[in-house]
Amino acid sequence: MSATAEAMTKASLSKQRHIEERPEVVVRFAGDSGDGMQLAGTQFSNASAVFGNDISTLPDFPAEIRAPAGSLAGVSGYQIHFSSYDIYTPGDRVNALVAMNPAALKTNIKDLEEGGILIVNSDAFTTSDLQKAGYKTNPLEDGSLKKYRLVAVPITKLNREALSDLKLSPREVDRCRNFFVLGLVYWLYERPLEPTLRWIKEKFARNPAVMEANIRALKAGYSYGETLEELPVQYRVPKAKIAPGRYRKITGNEATALGLVTAGQLAGKTLVYCSYPITPASDILHTLAEMRRYGVVTIQAEDEIAAIGAAIGASFGGALGVTGTSGPGVCLKSEAINLAVMAELPVVIIDVQRAGPSTGMPTKTEQADLLQALFGRNGESPVVVLAPASPAECFTLIIEAIRLAVSYMTPVFFMSDGYLANSAEPWPIPKVEELPKIEIKHPTEPNEDGQFMPYKRDHRLVRPWALPGTPGLEHRIGGLEKEDVTGNVSYDPLNHEHMVRTRAQKVANIADEIPPLSVLGPETGDLLVISWGSTYGAIVAAVERAQRKGLSVACAQLRYLNPMPKNTGEVLRRYKRVLVPELNLGHLRLLLQGRYLVECVGLNKVQGRPFLVSEIEEKIHQLLQV
Amino acid sequence: MPAATLPTLTPKDFASDQDVRWCPGCGDYSILAQMKKVCASLGIPREKFVFISGIGCSSRFPYYMNTYGFHTIHGRAPTFATGLKVARPDLLVWVITGDGDGLSIGGNHLLHALRRNVDIKIVLFNNEIYGLTKGQYSPTSRLGTRTKSSPLGSIENPIRPITIALAAEATFVARTIDVDVNHLTETLRRAAFHKGSAFVEVYQNCKVFNDGVFEYTTDKEVKSENVLYLEQGKPLIFGKNRDKGIRLNGLEPEVVELGKGVSVDDLIIHDEKAAEPTLAFVLSRMYHPQFPEPVGVFRAIERPTFEDLLNRQVEDAIKAKGRGKLEELFQSEDIWVVEEAEANGPAALD
Ligand code: SF4
Repeated sequence: MSATAEAMTKASLSKQRHIEERPEVVVRFAGDSGDGMQLAGTQFSNASAVFGNDISTLPDFPAEIRAPAGSLAGVSGYQIHFSSYDIYTPGDRVNALVAMNPAALKTNIKDLEEGGILIVNSDAFTTSDLQKAGYKTNPLEDGSLKKYRLVAVPITKLNREALSDLKLSPREVDRCRNFFVLGLVYWLYERPLEPTLRWIKEKFARNPAVMEANIRALKAGYSYGETLEELPVQYRVPKAKIAPGRYRKITGNEATALGLVTAGQLAGKTLVYCSYPITPASDILHTLAEMRRYGVVTIQAEDEIAAIGAAIGASFGGALGVTGTSGPGVCLKSEAINLAVMAELPVVIIDVQRAGPSTGMPTKTEQADLLQALFGRNGESPVVVLAPASPAECFTLIIEAIRLAVSYMTPVFFMSDGYLANSAEPWPIPKVEELPKIEIKHPTEPNEDGQFMPYKRDHRLVRPWALPGTPGLEHRIGGLEKEDVTGNVSYDPLNHEHMVRTRAQKVANIADEIPPLSVLGPETGDLLVISWGSTYGAIVAAVERAQRKGLSVACAQLRYLNPMPKNTGEVLRRYKRVLVPELNLGHLRLLLQGRYLVECVGLNKVQGRPFLVSEIEEKIHQLLQV
Repeated sequence: MPAATLPTLTPKDFASDQDVRWCPGCGDYSILAQMKKVCASLGIPREKFVFISGIGCSSRFPYYMNTYGFHTIHGRAPTFATGLKVARPDLLVWVITGDGDGLSIGGNHLLHALRRNVDIKIVLFNNEIYGLTKGQYSPTSRLGTRTKSSPLGSIENPIRPITIALAAEATFVARTIDVDVNHLTETLRRAAFHKGSAFVEVYQNCKVFNDGVFEYTTDKEVKSENVLYLEQGKPLIFGKNRDKGIRLNGLEPEVVELGKGVSVDDLIIHDEKAAEPTLAFVLSRMYHPQFPEPVGVFRAIERPTFEDLLNRQVEDAIKAKGRGKLEELFQSEDIWVVEEAEANGPAALD
């Protein structure tokens, strides 16, 4: 801790402030898009992670890049859940809300718990901003906020005072308000200032005046906490019980990008990532575009189709071809995915799902592309479908996606979503030497009587990945039906049926090597909650609570949606009832009921937001009639 | 590109064992035959050739070449070729397409492959008709063309492949004719040796659905009046008696007869290497019957290729900071370490 921060902490103790210990806290920063709330939130979560809490975060930004200042559409938020024990979600109810303007208050207040701390920038509650937010009277004065512990701070004014002697424009000064309020919240929760100070120093190394301003704003906010009469209390959230090791904070999109680079190195192959910009997948492209020295090649294609075309072309040449997109992009890629199914070439399709149909709500999360991934193409089109359960898990599962694609010569879908993409959690940094290599063999010799048969399969029904440039293995592939073994074009009816079944069986064979479905909780019982993708966190949290209440409930997470683990049906039948919560109208439920003839109850939400733990818990209680 | 110690290849070495299934008399046969000849003559090992196509009559081409081949999906061949060439700059990648495949459904990809200057050779068989789907008008069909889908005549203005390629900043743009065997061979060879995207339009006769549409360029009686052979540094002269030429009148080309006060010096001198494609563009707008139609190389300039620039970024980044290691990759601004002793938080609470 720096000398200043230490002095501040001492000061607070000397004043004998009341310090309360809390196992977990949820804070949300909300303000106008231009208020720097994403930055404040990121800094707060870094500081909490470095301090030793478990964290889970959820940014919530507007779809418009520059919505009018002060408008409801322009509100940007960032929620952080930090705790002294394992947490799985960004939290249901907000304990402390920062609202930088009336619009932020209006759109966020409903999530603040009763009695929660509400810090507002009172300077922003001007008549015009109140009007823009649709307030007829000033909520700070009309008593409508009396359910909360209102802390109205003239942040604009205090921040200007703190920076008054710096040679900066008024605009530049006001842009530091986010650090002022961040300092105040740091004080409230005893967060260390170091990580943020370090960040400011690095970020503004070339602009000493701005650096000084941000440092001063942060410290001024922190000191201001001392003087606050409305808040005679600070909160302490002890360190979490976390497995020993080295950690960093990671979002799903970052973990996906890092996993891709890692897979490239584990396979000893060039990663060729081809993508057309689309929310919420673009960050993967951005991250990978900076990775040239890791041997990563990125192509920003002219459209979604070109992106997957280039990825498949790269795979044909022996590289790792990957494309990333969201639902609307998957629609456009369908035909090319089918070509890879037919030609039996590896390609990974990352679908960072968002609320649809059509353009839908680009910045909001949803899980309604599952059936599209499985079935949204013409003909019998078997593909592998995987879904990560948490931001950090994107790392391991995207490596698995690459491994299956190259090892089975098949397209693999990786079903992330807007929530996983942008929310963050601690990531135990893996030991490189412990990561398993991805073994790939390319034939160099003919495989039948001095001839090369491109569709002669191994015992798993996988065809060889022969690369152009290999003498003697010249062959042609394409989208027309092939004769098995030779790969020649064939319209023979029985051959077609044989090939359709063979391609399906090849993908089904993957079930032989994937881990069985495991449950968290009793092996048999009253209720199984089964899920896929990003809903995992809320479901585990809810099921653990229910278990502590003595309910006979377990949960299971499907990471492999196609093929599913072999024991899936058997696991489902061990429980009296099965609940399938999903952020769609019942995709997995349809699959499970259809495949295993087990009746499932759905819990379905399509609001562009993740499940709250309480929503799952309520449903469990309802089903078990408690 | 040519290597020293290669087995001598013959056109036959490039023939696959598949029966060729084009209609008898189709112009594609000639293009296939010349392509095999050209491939055998390049001094490049057979395994280095890849033919990529989309959908259409012309796109069956890869099946008939005993090289690596990929028959992809409608209009998208340039995208697969781009990914392949980026991953494997050592390969000689050809894209075989048609007027429907390359200019209708795949127009977008054609533009962008040319713009990026990916080192691929795009050969567009222009027969001004949809053959495989049995004879509908295509984006290059002339106004008024009567087909099954335009029984009263096409009302759509045709697109000019050469004009499009020039507008897309292609570094090599040429036109040739299916049955003009020597010219076809020479044009394909030049395309093969061009470093960067090469675009070759081939006038191709569709025997079944659009027979004779290019007859004015192939009929012995009239072709010399209707075809203008472009030669680098030479004036634009044509005609049976080589007595006509093309002169610029302001920004417009005009046909002039030599003699009668017009000399060779008044004619446009062809310069495929001109920095600006202005004249090439003028030539691309010359159409029968008002003008003879130019064949040959309209434009051939040098520009770095996409895959070279891309792979150079990788090399430069490695040179500047060293090859990235995973240990480094996993670092971020804030790493924290949880020691054994610290793992002491309370159990979960509600
Ligand atoms: S339809 Fe026309 S272009 Fe197609 S193969 Fe027959 S003749 Fe050739």
